[in-house]
Amino acid sequence: MRWVCILFPQLALDAALRQRPDPDQPLALLTGPAQRRVLQAVNAPARALGLRPGQTMTAAQALSKGFATAEYDAAQIEHWQQFLAAWAYRFSSQVSVHYPRTLLFEIESSLGLFGPWPVFEARLRAELTELGFRHRIVAAPNPVAARVLANAYDALVVPDAETLQQYLGHMPVERIGLEPDVAMALSRMGLRRLSQVQALPRQTLARRFEAQVLKHLDALTGSRTLALSFYLPPDRFDVRIELNYDVQSHQALLFPLRRLTGDLSAFLCGRDSGVQRFDLHLEHAGLPDTVIKVGLLSAERAPAMLFELARGRLEQIQVEAPVRGFRLCAEDLPSFVPQRLELFDERPQQSLPWEQLRERLRARLGDDAVQGLGFRDDHRPECAWQMTSQPRSQACPVRDGVQRPGWLLDEPQALPQGQAQILMGPERIETGWWDGADVRRDYYLIETRSGQRGWAYRPVGEGGPLWLQGWFA
Amino acid sequence: MGAVVALDTLFNGGQVWKGRPAPPAASPQPTGHDALDAALPSGGWPEAALTELLIAAPGVGELQLVWPTLARLSAAGERIVLVAPPFVPYPQAWQNAGIDLRQLSIIRADEREALWATEQCLRSGSCGAVLCWPRQADDRALRRLQVAAETGQTLAFAWRPIQEAINPSPAALRIAIDTRPAQLRVLKCRGGLARSAPIAFSTHTGH
Repeated sequence: MRWVCILFPQLALDAALRQRPDPDQPLALLTGPAQRRVLQAVNAPARALGLRPGQTMTAAQALSKGFATAEYDAAQIEHWQQFLAAWAYRFSSQVSVHYPRTLLFEIESSLGLFGPWPVFEARLRAELTELGFRHRIVAAPNPVAARVLANAYDALVVPDAETLQQYLGHMPVERIGLEPDVAMALSRMGLRRLSQVQALPRQTLARRFEAQVLKHLDALTGSRTLALSFYLPPDRFDVRIELNYDVQSHQALLFPLRRLTGDLSAFLCGRDSGVQRFDLHLEHAGLPDTVIKVGLLSAERAPAMLFELARGRLEQIQVEAPVRGFRLCAEDLPSFVPQRLELFDERPQQSLPWEQLRERLRARLGDDAVQGLGFRDDHRPECAWQMTSQPRSQACPVRDGVQRPGWLLDEPQALPQGQAQILMGPERIETGWWDGADVRRDYYLIETRSGQRGWAYRPVGEGGPLWLQGWFA
Repeated sequence: MGAVVALDTLFNGGQVWKGRPAPPAASPQPTGHDALDAALPSGGWPEAALTELLIAAPGVGELQLVWPTLARLSAAGERIVLVAPPFVPYPQAWQNAGIDLRQLSIIRADEREALWATEQCLRSGSCGAVLCWPRQADDRALRRLQVAAETGQTLAFAWRPIQEAINPSPAALRIAIDTRPAQLRVLKCRGGLARSAPIAFSTHTGH
């Protein structure tokens, strides 16, 4: 039991269905030239209407009008297979897309991490169901056998070569992956099962058939290993959903957005990376795309969080034209560092980590809405502070005996004469001659008539009013 | 046995007046001002609740009232969030008060968004204290903040103009700060009768 084969019996249909909010709506995939459209695949509700694969479009429309159609796109199937390979890459480093509509991957070395096979299999199924793909899963000692057994079985586990031989022996010759003409020839010889073929002397098989046949039979039993090319995940994520109608409201974009961020998250989990910046492209007919840039302060990959952040950005955008397509692009995929969490957290269970809260606030209020208070070693009050998004790691030095107000006004205000009495002072601040913002001021602690304590100054050598610059709050 | 427990809760809740004043149990959230602690039924800020501080104007010691608490929370590694403060916090002053500036976050938002941001911060439970300055908050908005503070088990402080003192408020504790004379008046406190006598409160300006 070293290899797992996941067969996707209706990959094209699932790929089309998962882009629709209502998967129970009848749907047919069409293929063929415009003059003769043919149904390539139909889902179960459409089948209930009487539609069958291979029907012409006119025949189908004569049966029923109440079904949606989509184009059967071979490139899309390839794309989704690649996507699923990226998903499977998190479970195994040896993932192969050797067979169409199929994933093969090695699991022996992953079982230590993902638990015994029943647990692992349940997880695979849960995630695939979540992603919206029907599947059959078979585990077998070699990849070819796993692929062949997936033709006939689901949830089959073959632990060793002996059991494998039993299962394989019962397989009909049409379904063991041989060329159709070879399978036909074998069945015409009266050989219905693989065990009957294997009972024949090798020389006779070698004489009657091409070398490929024997090679394939050997690969099935594992006496000859198949050279597989393994999947390498791409360095960027770029997925597009085409909307079949003009979308004019945010609400209608939320479903595709949820799909896209979910896919992005699955892709990132496979690569064990996170995303810090990604772009949402809203495609219009005849107009340039509207691009929404989503930036995060740290790499993240939780699907709910990505969705919520993207949604926060999306809802603020005003779009002039209806949206035809929706695309998510992520170029920069830094490695993901999980947050350090306390084992015994004293906070309630539903608490949201600060990083997520910060991103949520930034998504709604703007990128520079959340800031830390930075400190600069300058005697001029207006230069002593700065807003930073990344607070410095070291604390600022404590100056004893120097009294500073808790609040600082943005702009100094002139105090009318007689409004305030001076309690203490002056304290002279004279600095800044080197950077052009020369300051020579005498600072006083003042108290207004209503009892407010403030910090006010008067430029040295000038009369005039006191300038209020802070409050001792 | 059950009756004893019930009596204890009555005493602890401050609902039974005892002739002999017992020292209050140490509060998990002491204010850092002894006189104020003694006046409050829980011996400190009400936990996981909204505290309203009513001031006539800035510069009456409204920050010095909470600085000891913020210093204690920041030393414990809790995050302190200032939502739309009316002025710029002077780093040296906050640092001198013992507050670790690295634990301080400032959120810039307009009036409407500030209430939303405050509620989010309170509800998240990832902050130790959330400070806000609602200017036109109505009863409903304050109630939301109070519920959010309970949900997230977070201290919430709201500074409001003294004119609001006549309006009812869902806050668990309401304190008015007077300047002439410098005193605190507890207008309302949950879990006990508000003490009618004002508490002397001197703003320490140090010199």
